[in-house]
Amino acid sequence: MPEGLYGALAEFKSPEDLLAATRKVREAGYRNLDAFTPFPVDGLDRILRLPRPTIAFVGLAGAVAGAGIALIMQFYVNYDYPLNVGGRPIYAISAFAVVTFELTILFSALAMLVGMLWQNGLPRLNYPVFDTDRFHRASKDRFFLCVSADDAKFEAGETLAFLVGIGALSVELVPG
Amino acid sequence: MSDRSDILPTRQSMGRIADQLTDIPLHFPVERRWLIAMMFASALLLLLMVSVVELFTRGVGIWGINIPVNWAFAIHNYVWWLGIGHAGTLISALLLLTGSEWRNSLNRFAETMTLFAVVCAGIYPILHLGRPWYVYWMFPYPATMGVWPQFRSPLEWDIWAVLTYLTVSLAFWYTGLIPDLAAARDRATRRGWQIFFGVTALGWRGSARHWLRWSQAYRLTAGLAVPLVVSVHSEVSLLFAAGQIPGWHSTIFPPYFVLGAAFSGFAVVSIIAVALRSWFGLENLVTNDHLDMLGKVLLATGLMTGYGYVFEVFDALYSGETHEIQTLVDRLAGAYAWTYWGAVLFNFIPLQALWWRVVRRSGWMLLLVSVSVVIGMWLERYMILVTSLYRDFLVSSWSHFTPSFWDWSTYFGTIGLFLVPFLIAIRLVPMISIFESKELLHEEKEEKQHA
Repeated sequence: MPEGLYGALAEFKSPEDLLAATRKVREAGYRNLDAFTPFPVDGLDRILRLPRPTIAFVGLAGAVAGAGIALIMQFYVNYDYPLNVGGRPIYAISAFAVVTFELTILFSALAMLVGMLWQNGLPRLNYPVFDTDRFHRASKDRFFLCVSADDAKFEAGETLAFLVGIGALSVELVPG
Repeated sequence: MSDRSDILPTRQSMGRIADQLTDIPLHFPVERRWLIAMMFASALLLLLMVSVVELFTRGVGIWGINIPVNWAFAIHNYVWWLGIGHAGTLISALLLLTGSEWRNSLNRFAETMTLFAVVCAGIYPILHLGRPWYVYWMFPYPATMGVWPQFRSPLEWDIWAVLTYLTVSLAFWYTGLIPDLAAARDRATRRGWQIFFGVTALGWRGSARHWLRWSQAYRLTAGLAVPLVVSVHSEVSLLFAAGQIPGWHSTIFPPYFVLGAAFSGFAVVSIIAVALRSWFGLENLVTNDHLDMLGKVLLATGLMTGYGYVFEVFDALYSGETHEIQTLVDRLAGAYAWTYWGAVLFNFIPLQALWWRVVRRSGWMLLLVSVSVVIGMWLERYMILVTSLYRDFLVSSWSHFTPSFWDWSTYFGTIGLFLVPFLIAIRLVPMISIFESKELLHEEKEEKQHA
């Protein structure tokens, strides 16, 4: 990896241009890529060969934990302080259903949202791509493709020229 | 698909939408009107503070409640506010899952409405406690008294349901907001805004990897939020249905409450949509087609609530139970018949105007119908509470309820508690989802090209 360099950033006008360019960049042999878009672009994950996200399993783990905690809590407090209400069962699972359901959802939702931020490495307030001149439009109406300097095939001048060749509106090097 | 009209006008660009929506917080266009609204809302909030100080000093005796009507304004407004909140979650979560594109212009402020409506609802049971400083007794902590909360009681379920709902709504709202906070951060020029949006956006950079995980988390949370809404308001109805009071002890209560909640909530969403769109000139994003859809949903949920009214009567008659039938007669012709007929009148009569397309597509007419629905649903909750309690089993315990000054002042005060944070939210964050609007606009343009 060249010293003090994060990668090469190319700007595109539309999601279609970005998809086409990403395909070409992959075909040219670049592997260490990332794209920055104002909204989720359909199909980009397949071209970039991103692994399937595992948030669903995080949510499942949260749900199981929530249900378990809720049931244990309700069984325990009724065991520790049994109150006879007209002879009704102390361990009334039907009466425990509401709180169990609520905590299942609470733990599952929070696990997914915290897990999403955690896996994304956020919050991280600064990041190399923010230092470039045109990146502020990635949240507006431009679509960016970044070839990492860690890529085996990366060579600053050559990569920039290649990106210009496949129709980038602008290209620049990202200081690392 | 060429005959399907687009919900967002395609003669606008993505960049323009981003600028228009981020400019609302960054270069606030209606400072004067906002200040006037804020003064009005703050006055109401001040009224709430005075009422609460009075309440905490002198106790719940300052309200009109007494035996037998010991649940009146506090629980009535609790149910009313919570119901209003539910429409926000339904719009953003249910319609996200069904792929209804028209939600994208409405979900943000509808969710914001949910948050503050739930806060207004949530303070009422605490105010009603009598000794509100013991609210922590509702939580299971190892108390020196050796007792635990009673988990077989709907009153205990309530606190878990409402707190879960508030937390999940807040998390869902914030997750959807992160990409828009990043958009505002990148447009901000003044130092203060840059820091505010820079910190709250958590460094979002729109990476493809991040979007992938974000989408999965967002959609799955939406999938959880829909059953959550249904469970929360069903649980609220169990506060009533699990008791033996005639007029409450009925299995129709959970669906009847949930539908009524959605009905009142969609009315408030319509009011906010019409108001915001005229304040900020958002006709290009909240179009007449959006109002049309809102009108249809309002009409549909209203008719379902009407079905609940019919079945409530049927339920009482079919039970053949003397006290049930007597409560029914009290509702239709008793001392509080005005609440029953008022609810019917305000809920269902102006609503019929929504059968006409021209009414649904006209902002001010939709607004009037919605205001009527909000009043009607308020009367309905009053009716359910008071008409069941004022005459129960024993003639010797029959009595009446008249709201006192402090009942009213607390209620109007909660409107301030809703409006103040809502107005602040309008001032600080984009009130229409920027990235979802752009995504939809892009899809529409794509379709147009292929057609």
